Amino acid sequence: MVNFLQHTFNGLVGGAFLALLALGLAVIFGMLRVVNFAHGAIYMLGAFGAYVLLTEVGLDFWWALLLMPLLLALFGIAVERLLVARLARLDPLYNFLLTFGLTLILQDAVKSRYGVQSSPYDAPALLSGTVDLGAFDFPAYRVFVLVVALAVCGAVWWLLTRTRIGMVVRAATERPELSTALGIDVGRWVTPVFGFGIGLAGLAGVLAAPIRAVNPLMGADLIIVVFAVVVIGGLGSIFGSVAAGFAIGLVQAWVQALGEHWALLSQVLVFLVMAGVLLWRPAGLFGREEAPA
Amino acid sequence: MLRIDDLSAWYGEARVLRGVSLDIAAGEVVTLCGRNGAGKTTLLRCVMGLHTGQQGLVELDGRPLTGQPAHRRARAGLGWVPDDRGCYATLTVTETLTLPPVVGPDPWPLERVYEAFPHLHARRNAPSTTLSGGEQQMLALARVLRMGARLLLCDEPTEGLSPLLVAQVGDILRQAKQHGVAVLLVEQNLHFATTVADRHHLLAEGRVVESLENSEVAAREQDLLAYLGI
Repeated sequence: MVNFLQHTFNGLVGGAFLALLALGLAVIFGMLRVVNFAHGAIYMLGAFGAYVLLTEVGLDFWWALLLMPLLLALFGIAVERLLVARLARLDPLYNFLLTFGLTLILQDAVKSRYGVQSSPYDAPALLSGTVDLGAFDFPAYRVFVLVVALAVCGAVWWLLTRTRIGMVVRAATERPELSTALGIDVGRWVTPVFGFGIGLAGLAGVLAAPIRAVNPLMGADLIIVVFAVVVIGGLGSIFGSVAAGFAIGLVQAWVQALGEHWALLSQVLVFLVMAGVLLWRPAGLFGREEAPA
Repeated sequence: MLRIDDLSAWYGEARVLRGVSLDIAAGEVVTLCGRNGAGKTTLLRCVMGLHTGQQGLVELDGRPLTGQPAHRRARAGLGWVPDDRGCYATLTVTETLTLPPVVGPDPWPLERVYEAFPHLHARRNAPSTTLSGGEQQMLALARVLRMGARLLLCDEPTEGLSPLLVAQVGDILRQAKQHGVAVLLVEQNLHFATTVADRHHLLAEGRVVESLENSEVAAREQDLLAYLGI
């Protein structure tokens, strides 16, 4: 039982990263119809940025947690304005290829400067201990990650469902043409939403730095799983992507807990789940079929 | 209020409007009749600015709308009532009503909308796509009234509605008309059209082939119905 609780907790922490990344992908896809392949590379830049800020600038984790998401959001805004927007009128495949190319450039740029081995990054001193959660002592930093991820997902949920901005973004996401005919300047929301989604990936990266291996390929390994998570949740569904992120994190942790042989299966599992979900609900768990144009 | 002059439109190579010209004054209801494929919906989309590939003049209050994106045209006073009723699965009824900005001098406050449409009030927190067809149509009309739009572009607002609801749509349009709102109405239901409209334009193969005063329609009803293929 105690073991089960521990695995469940670890699954939630793993799911927190998947949820933050999937959430960013989902808001970007919803608004721009762009599948941002570079999302994993941005996550990697978030973690690497934290490492570089610490070793070369002397700014600690807390500064990184504040600065990296902002810097990467600005980077995302520049990418959207200078590159993504130019391809927006073409087949979405072009923007997929663009972000794929961007991924290769970013990964190789980091690789050529810092090599492929993992760079060590310690959790901040304040969070180095453990937290007694009744049945078990959990590492304080992992509890912190979970709390931050839940708070961010909750805040995005609130923003989207309870504010006028959220309402406009929902309308623009669901029916862009109708929304413009109703006086909504849909184009105005594209750039900030893209920057916001990128910023979320950067945040996930900074949070990952102390507990995941920080190396140029850390995002490449994760992004494929995140794509599967987004598809399971329903492409473009905000709620679906977050729920599926946490669910997949949990399932992976539970299967890994079964033993060493099962650990391999946990890598494949997410794709088996995806295949099953798609057979059962082609639009994903919380997705809606796209209305015919 | 609205002036369309020599408007042409294309879908790729296919020309769907061929030099359409018409005017609508404030407080006037003008219909576009014609068979499917005559170009009625395309004409509305051109006025709204949703159709790329158009040529010619569209003027609102003497100011050309040419080249303006749809959201600016909405803010200039155009009210969009699309044939699919324009509901959202991710917006509640209240959100769907309050999504557009207020653009005209005489907008309906939300309370007045809900007084006039108690069915919408009862479902105000439901996603707007879950309303019945008739309720969705009322919602689409109520939404442009709440905007205070000065020219409504209505695409077959009576399609698929019960006679009772058709009568209610008529009431709404006549009420708007009395407040100086102009309406460009695409309508297949000739009988309904004569109860609300001042003038009618018959569209065929992208051209206005005939323009009639409302009084002329009754005399030629059989003739026109045959022409519309009904």
